[in-house]
Amino acid sequence: MLKFLKIFVPAGTGVASVLALAYVAADQFVIDLPAPIREMVAVQPAMAQEAAPAAEAAAPVATLTAELSPAPSMAGGYGLGREALAEEVAAWDTDIRPDGLGLPVGSGDVLTGEELFIEKCSMCHGEFGEAVGRWPVLSNGYGTLTHKDPVKTIGSYWPYLSTVYDYVQRAMPFGEAASLSNDETYALVAYLMYVNDLVDDEFVLSNENFTEVRLRNEDNFFMDDRMETEFPLFTQEACMTNCKDAVEITMHASMLDVTPDSGVVRAAPAAEGAVEAAPVAEEPATSEEAAAAEETGGVDMALIEDGEGVFKKCRACHQVGEGAVNRSGPQLNGLIGRTIGSVEGFGYSNVFNDANAAGQVWTEESLSAFLENPKGAMSGTKMSFAGLRSADDRAALLAYLQHASN
Amino acid sequence: MSTLYKGAKPSRRSFLSGALAAGGAIAGASMARAQAAPEKVITEIQPWRTFLGDGVDARPYGVPSEHEKHVVRRGVEWLTADNVSSINFTPIHELDGIITPNGVCFERHHGGTAHIDPAEHRLMINGLVDKQLVFTMQDLMRFPRENHVYFLECAANSGMEWAGAQLNGVQFTHGMIHNVMYTGVPLRLLLEEAGVKPNGKWLLAEGADASGMTRSIPMEKALDDCLVAWKMNGEALRPEQGYPLRLVVPGWEGNMWIKWLRRLEVGDEPWHHREETSKYTDLLANGQARRFTWEMDAKSVITTPSPQAPITHGKGWTVVSGFAWSGRGTIPRVDVTLDGGKNWHQARISGPSFTKSMHRFYFEFEWDGKPLLLQSRAHDSTGYVQPTKNQLREIRGENSIYHNNAIHTWYVNEQGIAENVEIS
Repeated sequence: MLKFLKIFVPAGTGVASVLALAYVAADQFVIDLPAPIREMVAVQPAMAQEAAPAAEAAAPVATLTAELSPAPSMAGGYGLGREALAEEVAAWDTDIRPDGLGLPVGSGDVLTGEELFIEKCSMCHGEFGEAVGRWPVLSNGYGTLTHKDPVKTIGSYWPYLSTVYDYVQRAMPFGEAASLSNDETYALVAYLMYVNDLVDDEFVLSNENFTEVRLRNEDNFFMDDRMETEFPLFTQEACMTNCKDAVEITMHASMLDVTPDSGVVRAAPAAEGAVEAAPVAEEPATSEEAAAAEETGGVDMALIEDGEGVFKKCRACHQVGEGAVNRSGPQLNGLIGRTIGSVEGFGYSNVFNDANAAGQVWTEESLSAFLENPKGAMSGTKMSFAGLRSADDRAALLAYLQHASN
Repeated sequence: MSTLYKGAKPSRRSFLSGALAAGGAIAGASMARAQAAPEKVITEIQPWRTFLGDGVDARPYGVPSEHEKHVVRRGVEWLTADNVSSINFTPIHELDGIITPNGVCFERHHGGTAHIDPAEHRLMINGLVDKQLVFTMQDLMRFPRENHVYFLECAANSGMEWAGAQLNGVQFTHGMIHNVMYTGVPLRLLLEEAGVKPNGKWLLAEGADASGMTRSIPMEKALDDCLVAWKMNGEALRPEQGYPLRLVVPGWEGNMWIKWLRRLEVGDEPWHHREETSKYTDLLANGQARRFTWEMDAKSVITTPSPQAPITHGKGWTVVSGFAWSGRGTIPRVDVTLDGGKNWHQARISGPSFTKSMHRFYFEFEWDGKPLLLQSRAHDSTGYVQPTKNQLREIRGENSIYHNNAIHTWYVNEQGIAENVEIS
């Protein structure tokens, strides 16, 4: 099975003829040799040139030794791995196809879906799928696909309803994936059909009627046709000299000014210009400080680490630490000791505004109570988090929030 | 305009003859800068010349010099709603050769970086197979392995540039790419182990992370050159690149290279999941959309000079450098223009040429200090020539987001500062 390939183009050959040789060789390999060897074929290895004038080239131009041997097949297999159990396959194989393959038994109605959506999805997607900030828009946008700024939603763009079901049960809610029951997923998909004007509010979606649904844009997708429509146009000989009479700049990126500051030289160039602007230079100092704190004691790093793990449940909506900004939840720096509902620029629910007006401040106790049962402690809060039942988790999270704020 | 280097070889002798051929321009440039006073870095003994350096164990896992701290991945905050389902960019303006160091390979995840104990990781093969199988990492490492260098480019690389020049840095316009040597088992061997049934024409690959990423892959590709890999550049995959296991789909869009790979399902039809319908489909101007645009077209870009890497040395000898790649094969040729495409010059390719891998090119010239309009143009082994943005727009419009492989332009002014522009 072993194949050794040596390509050696001797020294002292004119560049032009070496190139010709390389191409001839390349052609032969493309025809004769298996893919792994094709990839070793050399390209022009010499200096760039305009006219390739020098015939007395001294350097060896192409020396390439390939030692290739593809991994061999074994008749009947290698006998590695083990058979999957039916329960194991069932646990992981939850994917859905347009023909309905994979749909579990279940059903859900629009109104149930609406309740679930408002509780679990609306903080990012808006109550009707209109989206908050840059989170994905899920509804409307019909007829916009030919516009300058098309709005690609389930109603305007997605070809198959099965994709919605599959994605919701697979990846949503963001930060709490794979937590929805089958009936909940059916209900959410029914609600998404409703906000896209596909059904009325009486509708019930189930595995029985699922494949009857057609989305508006199904027929507007077609298989990649680049080899037919583009390849012939883009394989024409390239012009090398006197290709244009005039060249004008038609657009400058600097007009838009949307590039992150770091790493872009805007002023007169100095070798260090980009370096000084880089914010990352600060990071090592921060980690050194953290390490120093760990050494000096007084801080329970294990508890903080646990809390960082707990914070994963929060970070889809909240940020904490240097540079933290408001997302769908307010930034959490200095939370303990902070007046409730006091982060500028964040639109709080009424219960938070009332607490703010009353001058209430977050304490470890009040925050822990809120985290244990958000809707119980702050009735009417927009925060759709179910709560942290474990006192250990809450203590760890509080420790992490305090640590990360510093 | 500028004087071009016309020599044929990088030898000292050819340098001299090239210089002679170029005539007066070279003589005017003169050999060296004038130095009024002796440089202290030479005449004085530096601390590192006198005092001992770090012992061997100062950094058990080595890190770059403190003077290279700026060579990092960077993001564009306004691009995505948050930093979990988001992307950052490889600092390609700081790299050379063809291999991307593991720590700066761009990240794109849809549910954050999963941190998985390899002892708790499993790969399952199910669906239309004779035997549904489960592999541990140890099982996988007992299969015969292969090593291959491949580029991975996100389909959305340069996607912000469709409607015009937007981001002023090659890291941001072209940094959703890396080029790495993978070690793994050919996917073909795993499928042979399970025994694909005759109607098994498609494969669904699924990740173990919080996005449960899935993509449909035609069986022909799965049996051709895909790998199930656990090493990159000789060491374990980085968590953000799918540790402990990822799919390698050479030449095809990066989203298909499922990270944290946990399951391969064989089926008779594609699944049409979110990342192959709602996303990663190419909307054309007429409102119709291409689906399954898997292959990455031939593309190249100049990485220096570029907005983040201006010319700081003034006029004189200047190295233009960049890289080229194609999802359909090798890159036998790259052209470079200094005048916005009036005249082109063949660049020099240096380093190994592997199929579906980056190729490094250089073009050395004598800069006369006048403004430049720099472009590069890749030719791949199928004869495909990298198109202009206008050629692409004529066919695709401006809304396709993905697969922008157009020729890119940097304007370099008299000070050597580069800017992202579009030209006529």
